[in-house]
Amino acid sequence: MRARRWVLTALAGVTGVAALGLYFAFMVSACPPEQASDIGHFGGPFTLVDDSGAPVSERTLAGKPYAIYFGYTFCPDVCPTTLLDLSRWIKTLGPDADKLNYVFVTVDPERDTAASMHTYLSSFDKHIRGFTGTPEQIAKIAKEYGVYYKKIPTDDGSYVMDHSAIVYLMGADGKFVTFIHYQEDDASAVAKLRSLAEAVPSS
Amino acid sequence: MRALFKFSSTSKLALIVVLFALTPAAFAQGGGTSTIAAEGPWARATPGGARTGAVYMTLANKTDASDRLTAASSDVAAEVQIHEMSVVNGIMKMRQLTDGLAIPARGSVTLKPGSYHVMLIGLKKPLTVGETFPLTLTFQKAGNISVTVQVKAMGAMQDNKSGGMGKMEMK
Repeated sequence: MRARRWVLTALAGVTGVAALGLYFAFMVSACPPEQASDIGHFGGPFTLVDDSGAPVSERTLAGKPYAIYFGYTFCPDVCPTTLLDLSRWIKTLGPDADKLNYVFVTVDPERDTAASMHTYLSSFDKHIRGFTGTPEQIAKIAKEYGVYYKKIPTDDGSYVMDHSAIVYLMGADGKFVTFIHYQEDDASAVAKLRSLAEAVPSS
Repeated sequence: MRALFKFSSTSKLALIVVLFALTPAAFAQGGGTSTIAAEGPWARATPGGARTGAVYMTLANKTDASDRLTAASSDVAAEVQIHEMSVVNGIMKMRQLTDGLAIPARGSVTLKPGSYHVMLIGLKKPLTVGETFPLTLTFQKAGNISVTVQVKAMGAMQDNKSGGMGKMEMK
């Protein structure tokens, strides 16, 4: 029984790795070589606007590690849950929370304006900033972070979005450190954020 | 002329009321005649300006024949759909169940966060904790069933555990 469970787990693991491999192979082949993201190499330059309407780029985030999450405000379940989780983790971090930046990037730039993201984010921790841009600008940053997103039409002529539901943790140098997975337990997520914050010298 | 107009709109209203009373929907709502029980309908409070929300509950089929939730409607949203959500390999997928959601004979299906939900699209105003709102569920066999949805905290996970693991006082 135990052996069988082990075999099943191993099989699931191998399938997962294979699927991830295919996904990255697709991501890399879909990008021009100069923009290609290797495994474990996420991030890069971007030009967007924040939820106050001010222009932002990778330089805006430089000097502080950051947590970055991609979603959209029409999302009824995963996005508010993740933003609420992130708000709770920020609160747990206490004063260390200020050592990091927290960014929510929309994958639905057609509906998520700076103003609508600002209203939406008013329900979550004030550290979290919203970034939006043109569809092309969003496509570029999504590609750099290996974020998958796709518009799925619904009956009423509208659409929902499939998208990666992972929080990326990035160093102060803009280099990828680790992920926080969807519904990762609080202790593990806070430990990851705290270790990111502790890498920053106290001012 | 004005009085005549008033009279005619009143009779139209009366006609609508009579027609409504004659539909199977009216019978489905009456006490023990309902073949589907919609237990503990609840929704999460929505963030500021949010245009969508999700309603959860347990649907129990008390008959020997399977049934199907095919549609839903509510005054609080422009459009209501039945959706399935899943997260596979870190990717969130949401699909409209255009054929509805099957409720097996003598069985039940739980709509919950991370799984099936009744999706409210085009919310007329945000859902706030403590509020209730009406929702009409349409089943292939059981007809229409009206329920009252209770709005719980934004991070709530289940109807009987308001707040639960995600509870947090938000400003």
